[in-house]
Amino acid sequence: MIEIDSITKVYNGEKAVDSVSMTAETGTITVIVGTSGSGKTTLLRMINRLEEPSSGEVRINGDSTADVKPHILRRRIGYAIQGHGLFPHHTVARNIAAVPELLDWPKDKIRERVDELLDLFSMEPDQFRGRYPAELSGGQAQRVGVARALASRPDLLLMDEPFGALDPIIRTRAQEDLRRIQRRLGSTIMLVTHDMEEAIRLGDRVAVMDAGRLVQHASPAEIIANPATEFVADMVGNVERPLRLLSLIPLSEIVEDGAAEGEALPADASLRDALSACLWTGREAVPVVQDGSAVGCATLAAIRARAEAHR
Amino acid sequence: MSVGRVLRPALIALLLALVLRPGWFEPVFAPLAPEGGPVIYERASLLSLSLSHLGLVAAASLVATIVAVGLAIFVTRPAGAAFRPLSRTIANIGQTFPPVAVLALAVPALGFGAGPTLVALFLYGLLPIFENALTGLSTLPPAVTEAARGIGLSRWQRLLRVELPLALPVTLTGIRLSVVIALGTATIGSTVAARTLGEVIIAGLLTNNTAYVLQGGLIVGLFAVLIYDGMVQIEQRLARRMGA
Repeated sequence: MIEIDSITKVYNGEKAVDSVSMTAETGTITVIVGTSGSGKTTLLRMINRLEEPSSGEVRINGDSTADVKPHILRRRIGYAIQGHGLFPHHTVARNIAAVPELLDWPKDKIRERVDELLDLFSMEPDQFRGRYPAELSGGQAQRVGVARALASRPDLLLMDEPFGALDPIIRTRAQEDLRRIQRRLGSTIMLVTHDMEEAIRLGDRVAVMDAGRLVQHASPAEIIANPATEFVADMVGNVERPLRLLSLIPLSEIVEDGAAEGEALPADASLRDALSACLWTGREAVPVVQDGSAVGCATLAAIRARAEAHR
Repeated sequence: MSVGRVLRPALIALLLALVLRPGWFEPVFAPLAPEGGPVIYERASLLSLSLSHLGLVAAASLVATIVAVGLAIFVTRPAGAAFRPLSRTIANIGQTFPPVAVLALAVPALGFGAGPTLVALFLYGLLPIFENALTGLSTLPPAVTEAARGIGLSRWQRLLRVELPLALPVTLTGIRLSVVIALGTATIGSTVAARTLGEVIIAGLLTNNTAYVLQGGLIVGLFAVLIYDGMVQIEQRLARRMGA
């Protein structure tokens, strides 16, 4: 569990982060979202003490981060950033092994871990182990950056706009990968982004920052349905709210008995996908399949009912 | 590339022949020697002069590299940042002093021989290395230095594992310039009795023997060209690996 306790950062008399408190449960993704200058990156950097807090405290599983030397603390906390920051003079394997090496893991254990992570990120170890970062595509380099951050099985993974430099298609894939890997490993992640779409897609909890203050900290559905302030509503985008809400709900929740024409959707697709399919092909319902067999259909009426449920 | 493949071994062979078998070139240099005078320099072995010349250059460059890189590291740390303008001024002054003047000033203090030459070469070599190391250390990719800090490298580890290796190609360029300047400058060390290939050139100038001048000049020139080329190769290999 990560506890941030009324943490404040003052730069030249101005409060970049103003008495922010929040708690992140182990095994969850918390996305900190805000505009540039909202203090979100400063907040993140205070957790691994790349910035020293002016006041307040951060506790990881009950231990204050102020009690250890900063560089020792950082070896327990994964850190992935925009533009990956891989060491250009080290191979992929050495980059991933950076923190385990600092922690003096035995060599064969490090080698095993590197291969395991490359596998996890769908990169053939034999093919990628010996490459240099300059020989990777943007998406591959970003995956290696995240693998490096996860290498020592840290208590917490901090990510600062990790997908900011990727093009939209690769970004969506990277987000799906992250979600999949996080569920598999049960990692605790805090991720900073300016993109509300990304926050809603990835976050178990979303924390919205505005002018140094935490204005709302809630589940994505709650943020969309009941934005706490005008600013949060703006970030969510009023026009897109129903669609964003639908994108959070899987088809399995509204599937009903019956048959429908046309191409089927998997049960873990979102209501937004189903709505889009209905509108595009002029259907009133789409068939739903799970593990290859039909389980029923999802109707436009049911989708509409869910979109209106918050009222 | 293919030109280099032919030219490089040819130049190396020529240099080795000039140093080890100077007698072979008697017919070539004979027209340049004064009538009846000696054609090939025989007062000392060219091999020992070459080794002593290269030794002086290597020693001076090594010390200059250690001092210049050390200084560049110091002024790029937070504690030394205030000294950055001052250190650049000092390194620049080292460069503006004519080497001959340094020799003249150093002889009374250090006596004749290799000492004053080493001092002159050292002072002259500082600036290019310092400037390049400084550029290398202060233009590191920000994402990389941020990541190095973020994953928990200590200050020393960041310097040794990330900053210096990344600054290496640029620093090597500075060392290369400095070594090449030193190879040429070392010849005037012979005016204060340092054993260098300058001895051959100076003997030629004193006795109006163009054959000596050409012989000494050619050897120094070939050393400079080949060492320059070798270091360029190393830099390119390093840069290619880093994807530059």
